[in-house]
Amino acid sequence: MKTPLYVIVLFCAVLISGSALAKDAINSIGMDKTQVTSQGDSVPPYVVSEKLVGVGEKLYKRRCGGCHSLDNNRIGPRHRDVYGRKAGVVANFKYSKALKNLDVIWTDETLNDWLVNPTAFAKGTSMGFRLGKTNERNAIIEYLKSLSSAPGFSAGVK
Amino acid sequence: MPNNSMILSSRRAFLGKTGKTLSATALAMVVGGNIRSATATTTDASQDIKILNAAIALEHEGIAAYQIAATSGLLDPAVVDIGVTFQGHHKGHRDVLVKAVEMLGGTPAEEKSLGAYAQELKASTLKNQADVLRLALALETGAANAYLGLIPSLGPDYHQVAAQMAGDEAFHAAILANALGQPIPKAALMFG
Ligand code: HEC
Repeated sequence: MKTPLYVIVLFCAVLISGSALAKDAINSIGMDKTQVTSQGDSVPPYVVSEKLVGVGEKLYKRRCGGCHSLDNNRIGPRHRDVYGRKAGVVANFKYSKALKNLDVIWTDETLNDWLVNPTAFAKGTSMGFRLGKTNERNAIIEYLKSLSSAPGFSAGVK
Repeated sequence: MPNNSMILSSRRAFLGKTGKTLSATALAMVVGGNIRSATATTTDASQDIKILNAAIALEHEGIAAYQIAATSGLLDPAVVDIGVTFQGHHKGHRDVLVKAVEMLGGTPAEEKSLGAYAQELKASTLKNQADVLRLALALETGAANAYLGLIPSLGPDYHQVAAQMAGDEAFHAAILANALGQPIPKAALMFG
């Protein structure tokens, strides 16, 4: 029996997309966006990928956990609600001048640029830690986003 | 070969009162051992001071964490001994970093009170030896990763010292993970 060409083409397409997903599950976001945060809040939560948030939580502990916690200022400021907030405003944390004067709201884009190279983003900052891998940055940013209920800043909109 | 802190202190003694106002060139000679890398250091001493001070803050917290653990009454005596040895390593790190910041003309970050560290590390939630070991493992893993991530932002004269710190923290993490009975990670490149 001769297999029609379109069946082969379709089969290949499925194979390719399947292996791309398997190669980097982290990059398969966008398909499973769900609202997981701030249930019951008056503020609409950000739309996040649950899967990516899970990856991000583990990575956050390993990569950021030497200096940051969600609810306590340590070497760096506490992180809950950082997404969507202005830089340098956590109470009782002694920021550098660079961060205090930084006129930036933490978003996907600004957090990404910050984590690529914080001292280039805000010269004179005391955070020197760089996170080189794009997929790790994406996952950690998604995790921070899931912990934020900041109103009025693209909340619930992607 | 003498270690960095010995080099630092002997050079400093030799240079006497000028210790705090050492030029970046002299500092690079002291720490990096060659003059050529001095040019890179000159440009950004104040940035290095900021980053090194955050590392000092990290070491202060580590020293306090082992103090809290050792006096918690939750640990077997043999585990206390190991913790006190690790704490000694963190004190060694702190001393090297403090000297580096002073030689760059900066003021080293000060430690907070033990009570403040206990609060920020949620020490009151620790109920048994495994809890303490898990906290120590999380901090050491975080510290190893932190140092590796600092390297590209630091001036070249501090790359090696940051890598040395990361090595020590990774060693601590391995011992702690073993004490907790955790399996050896299968994949390579466990940190950074
Ligand atoms: C070596 C310690 C260290 C590590 C590791 C570290 N940070 Fe930081 N972080 C700091 C310090 C210190 C500051 C304060 C910077 C300042 O005042 O200039 C900071 C500030 C920040 C801020 C700004 C917060 C605000 O209130 O404006 C964000 C966002 C941030 N860090 C994210 C991260 C993330 C995400 C990671 C892990 C991928 C990470 N940091 C790892 C030390 C660290």
